[in-house]
Amino acid sequence: MNDSLVRIENLSKEFQRGSEVTPVLAGLRLEIRRGEFLALMGPSGSGKSTLLNLIGGLDRPTRGSIAVGEDRVETLSDSALTAWRARHIGFVFQFYNLMPSLSALKNVELPLLLTHLSSSQRRKHAETALEIVGLTHRLKHYPHQLSGGEQQRVGIARAIVTDPTLLLCDEPTGDLDRKSGDEILGLLEGLNRQQGKTVLMVTHDPHASARASRIVHLDKGRLVQEAVS
Amino acid sequence: MKFFPLIWGSLKRRKLRTALTVSSIAAAFLLYGYLSAIRSGIEVGIPIAGQDRLIVRHKISLIQLLPASYLGRIEKIEGVKQAVHSTWFGGIYQDAKNFFPQIPVNPADYLRMYPEFRLPPAQLEAWERKRTGAVVGRKTASKFGFKVGDRVPIQGTIWRTAGGATTWEFDIVGIYEGADPAADETQFFFRYDYFDEARMGARGQVGWYIVRVEDPAQSEAVARKIDEEFANSPAETKAESEKAFMQSFAKQVGDIGLIIKAILSAVFFTILLIAGNTMAQGVRERTGEIGVLKAIGFCNRLAMGLVLAESLLVAAIGGGIGLGLAWVLISMGDPTGGAFPVFYFPISDVVMGAVLVCILGLATGLLPGLSALRLQVATALRRL
Repeated sequence: MNDSLVRIENLSKEFQRGSEVTPVLAGLRLEIRRGEFLALMGPSGSGKSTLLNLIGGLDRPTRGSIAVGEDRVETLSDSALTAWRARHIGFVFQFYNLMPSLSALKNVELPLLLTHLSSSQRRKHAETALEIVGLTHRLKHYPHQLSGGEQQRVGIARAIVTDPTLLLCDEPTGDLDRKSGDEILGLLEGLNRQQGKTVLMVTHDPHASARASRIVHLDKGRLVQEAVS
Repeated sequence: MKFFPLIWGSLKRRKLRTALTVSSIAAAFLLYGYLSAIRSGIEVGIPIAGQDRLIVRHKISLIQLLPASYLGRIEKIEGVKQAVHSTWFGGIYQDAKNFFPQIPVNPADYLRMYPEFRLPPAQLEAWERKRTGAVVGRKTASKFGFKVGDRVPIQGTIWRTAGGATTWEFDIVGIYEGADPAADETQFFFRYDYFDEARMGARGQVGWYIVRVEDPAQSEAVARKIDEEFANSPAETKAESEKAFMQSFAKQVGDIGLIIKAILSAVFFTILLIAGNTMAQGVRERTGEIGVLKAIGFCNRLAMGLVLAESLLVAAIGGGIGLGLAWVLISMGDPTGGAFPVFYFPISDVVMGAVLVCILGLATGLLPGLSALRLQVATALRRL
C-alpha cells in the first residue's frame, strides 16, 4: 500500500517582476508520508514558505507537479482549488491571523461556515476543536484578550476543525516565547501522534524541528539535506 | 445569515468611522425626506390630479374670468361627463400671513367632481341649506381652531360685497378631510350662488371650469373641442389636463423637481465618495484577513459578497435611520408652520429612498468588493 500523501515532482517556482525573473524553487522533489510530522528548515529566502503555499494551493507552480492524495493540485481551477483547500488543508500561521472582531469560538467556526452544518453543529465542532487545544475556558474571549500562545491554540483549533488531510504550519512558534512555543509544539505533536494528522511545519528553530519525525533543509530553492529526528 | 457575525464584526472594528459614515448617510436621507415633503407641498394635488379631469381657463390668463353661461355649453360637448366651475376669492383671515385658498363653488356638484374631499352627508345637507355656509379643510380648521357653527369673517382683497364692504362673513357648516395624503386640506369652500349675488360687479363670471371626461384616453380631443367651441368669442378658452395645469402652476415657483434633483444629486455624489472611501479604506486595512479567509476556503465571489454585504449593511442602517427619522419628523408637521398646503413624505418617495439605499450600498461596495475578489491569497499573506 502506498502511504505517501504528498508527492512533489520537479517543482519550480519563479517570480517575475518586470523583466526580472527570480527563481525561488528549482526542480524540487519531495514526498511526505501519511501521518508524518515533517519540519522544513532553511534560511530566509530559501523558499520554505513558497513551498508551503504551493502545497496548500495558495499559489501555483511555474513547472512540476504536486499531488496531495489523489488530487493534482496544480491542475485544479481556482474555484476547485478553493474548495479543495477548505476540505483538505488546515493552515496555522506565524502571527495566528485570527479575526480580531470575532470571539475564539467564532474564529474556530469560520471554516465551518462553508459547510452545510447547522449553527448548533458548527458550535459543537468548534467547541470540540477548542477542547482539543485546551481552551474550553476561553470560548468567548476575543483575540486581544488572549495571550500569544492562546491565540495560536485558537489558530490550531481553526485549522483542525474541519478535520483536514494535511496541516500546514508556517513558523507556528515564531512569535512565541519558549514556554508557549513548547506548548504549541506539544500540541502539534499530539495531533500527529494521537490523531494521525500529517503535519508539515516550516521553522527556523532547531528546537522546534527536533519535535518533527523528519527534517528537510532547503537552500536556494533546492533540498540540500534530509534527516530523521 | 451565518456570515452576519463576520460582516458585523468588520463594521465594529472601527466603531467611530462606521458611526460617522452611518451618520452622514442618515443625514443625506433625512434631507432627501424633507426635500420630498417640500416638493409634495409645492406640487400639491399633482399626484392625485385626475387623469379624466380637465381645467378650462381663459386663454389669456388664469386671472381673466369666463362667463358662467359656458357651463351649459361645456356640458353639451361630446365626451364631457360633468363640469363645474371655481373662482379665486383671494381673501385674508385676520392677517395676510394667514393664507389659505377660498373658493366659491356649487357644493354637491363640486364634491362629486372631487371625491378626494370627503364631507359627511349631513354637513353637505347643512351646506346646501345655508347660503352663507362654508366648509373648510381639516388642516386649516385645526390651524385656526375653526369648528362647525363658527362665523368666520374674511377680508376680500379682490371682491367687495354689493354694499361696498370688504368683509365677507361665512358660517362653518362642515369640515372636509382628504381621502389621500396628497389631497389639499387647507381650502375653504363657500357657495357660488351666495358669492355671485352678494358681490359687487362681475356677476355671472367664474374663474375656471373643471371638466370630467367620459374617457381619459379622449382627454386631448375633448379639450380641443372645448377650445373650438369658444374660439373667436370674447372669452376664448384654454383647456388642458388637470395634471398639466397644476404642474405649470407649480412651476411658477420654479422647477422644483429639477432643483430637488440637483441638490440630491450633489448630496448623494458626496455621500458616495465618503462611504466609498470608507469602505475602500476598510477593505485595504483588512487585506490580510481577506487573504486568510480565502486561504481557509472562502471563494473569490464569497469574499466580494461579504464586502458588498458590509457596504449594503452600512447603507441600510444609515438610510434606514435617515428615512425613519424623516418619516417621524415630517409626520409631526410642517416646520414652516403652515407655509405648505400639504406636507408629507409620499410612499412612492419612501420606496425610491429604499431603492437609493440599495444603489448606494452596492455602488460604495463595488470597487472594494472587486479588489477583494481579485486579491491573490499568497500576496495578501505576504503582507501580514
